[in-house]
Amino acid sequence: MKLIATIAAAACAFALIAQVASAQDSSAQGERVKSAWVRATVSGEGQPKGYVQYMDYCSMCHGEGPGRPGTMALRAKYKGSEPALLADRTDLTPALIKAFVRNGDSIMPIFRKTEISDADLDAIAAYLTRNNKH
Amino acid sequence: MRVPPGVSGKDFADALRQFEEAIGKDWVFSSDEDTDLYRDAYSPFWHEPEDPVASAAVAPASVEEIQKILKVANDYKIPLWTISTGKNLAYGGAAPLLSGSVVLDLKRMDKVLEVNEPNAYALVEPGVSYFDLYRYIQDRGLKVWIDPPDPGWGSPMGNTLERGGGRTPMRDHWANHCGMEVVLANGDVVRTGMGALPGANTWQQYPYGFGPYVDGIFSQSNFGVVTKLGVWLLPQPEAYRELTVSVPRHDDLIPFVDTLSYLLNSQIIQGTILLASPLLDYRAAHGGSVLEMPGGPSIAENEQLGRDKNLAYWSCTLHFYGPSKVVDAQWDHAREKYSAIPGATFRDGKSYRFPLQMKEGDGIPRVAFGVPDLSVFGLLQGSKGHIGFSPIIPMSGEAVFESLKVFGQVYADLGVQQKNQFFALPWSYFPRSFVLLFGFPIEHDVEQNRRTREVFKHLAQAGAEHGWGEYRTHTAFMDTVANTYSFNNHALRRFHEKLKDALDPNGILSPGKSGIWPERMRKARA
Repeated sequence: MKLIATIAAAACAFALIAQVASAQDSSAQGERVKSAWVRATVSGEGQPKGYVQYMDYCSMCHGEGPGRPGTMALRAKYKGSEPALLADRTDLTPALIKAFVRNGDSIMPIFRKTEISDADLDAIAAYLTRNNKH
Repeated sequence: MRVPPGVSGKDFADALRQFEEAIGKDWVFSSDEDTDLYRDAYSPFWHEPEDPVASAAVAPASVEEIQKILKVANDYKIPLWTISTGKNLAYGGAAPLLSGSVVLDLKRMDKVLEVNEPNAYALVEPGVSYFDLYRYIQDRGLKVWIDPPDPGWGSPMGNTLERGGGRTPMRDHWANHCGMEVVLANGDVVRTGMGALPGANTWQQYPYGFGPYVDGIFSQSNFGVVTKLGVWLLPQPEAYRELTVSVPRHDDLIPFVDTLSYLLNSQIIQGTILLASPLLDYRAAHGGSVLEMPGGPSIAENEQLGRDKNLAYWSCTLHFYGPSKVVDAQWDHAREKYSAIPGATFRDGKSYRFPLQMKEGDGIPRVAFGVPDLSVFGLLQGSKGHIGFSPIIPMSGEAVFESLKVFGQVYADLGVQQKNQFFALPWSYFPRSFVLLFGFPIEHDVEQNRRTREVFKHLAQAGAEHGWGEYRTHTAFMDTVANTYSFNNHALRRFHEKLKDALDPNGILSPGKSGIWPERMRKARA
């Protein structure tokens, strides 16, 4: 019951794709308001390789903002010792990323090759390892 | 190499080669590594031999390729399990019911064929997800809403065919479909409703066409492969308001639900309403239960607690969508109707104008405004998934009382702590009835999952004994649930079997779906 009761509280109030929603200070109190979901398809222009695939397949769980279950789970797991946002990590390896996508973990399900092709998964791995030192 | 049941290794190798010739080598998956991707991530049989696996998967890109696959499957009597996006998690995911089936994966058929703004409909292929359709609409700036279920990664096609529900005024997905294209097991392509009339441009505007209306037999079924579906959309409303109504006493629930029913049936309130009980929530949070457990607190004790803690016995938040002036008038009318219950209290709620602007902290599901997301999964952190039990009960206070008592007794008899599982008071996902939602966490723990399956079966049985049936279920329980719909010596199942045998004589399409088995497998199972 508690779980259902918290559905409303846990529901995300952010844009589907936060990066393309326009943020504006429109209320009298200057509260940050998301004028949500004006456009929803991401452009890869000027973005690193794999950004579009990451946004399309991963960001709805692992992106920024409240109500992103992947980000919430990693925040709880690492308690600040690693970034909760996958896109901010510098220690992931392509093999690890692929293992999670193809095997799932916790409530993250398995993703098939008809959903995320091997080529798209390579691109996602490239994006998430773009800032690695080695 | 895994092989479908009843098929020789040589025949299966021949069939796989023919599948490859039909749709290309890249789209026939037969290695264990690839077919493991079709396992049910939320399987209640994890680490058990009953956990179903696919022997292969085939992913066609067109109706013509589906026809070629069906020909091969008929020639070798290979069972095919059809999925659209394969995200029917909690109900089986992408995994077949019959282990060893070949999954017919339609994810690559992912075109939004049309979105018509003035007439507010879409025509989609099976692999289009709610996110895909939402993006398509937003990219074109069309002022129409989709109605996603709580997790948005599934498909309008799959969720509609499973008769799922959402949150907006279009929440009954089956009721809001219009026209479909189906490939029958023999390869024949049928269009239903106005789609059967060559040249008609009303396929998504008039559902019935002429003669028997057959769409229903392709929902929750295994009679054909649906390749196109018309989905009605909601013109973007001007405004939204909420009104939370609370009443203090146990017996207030009877006029409370009667009023809810009147307002819903009059379409004064719209969307999915959740019945809530701040009082029973408090009990549940302090070691008690929302269900009525034997030996639990009496009604008088609960009412006293409500007075002491200033907690309403029952409440719900009503939703109003439409033109601003109309919404205000409906809001006033609903309040007036509920004012007839002595002690009723009211709280104004969220108010929006569209296009939507939400503050970051606004605690309301985006799906209620036609925006798909996955935030519901944030509630299930720590488990390995979940399955549900969701019986339909009458929309009446008396039925709610009885169901809380009956299901409380089941938990007591089993000696299971209901608080370890989640339970919600009724929702109005469908227009004229309530649906109760029980959720059970799935773990990679054989004993716990066995226990969960036992609880499910006892709940389903107790529900059926009182006339409360599952609206939809996990593949693991399809036979169990189908058995409860038993009027006149299972006349409905016998009718389904007649249709199955006529439409799919080789029994290749999704054997076991909704308890419908083809003749050759019925004999083997008897």
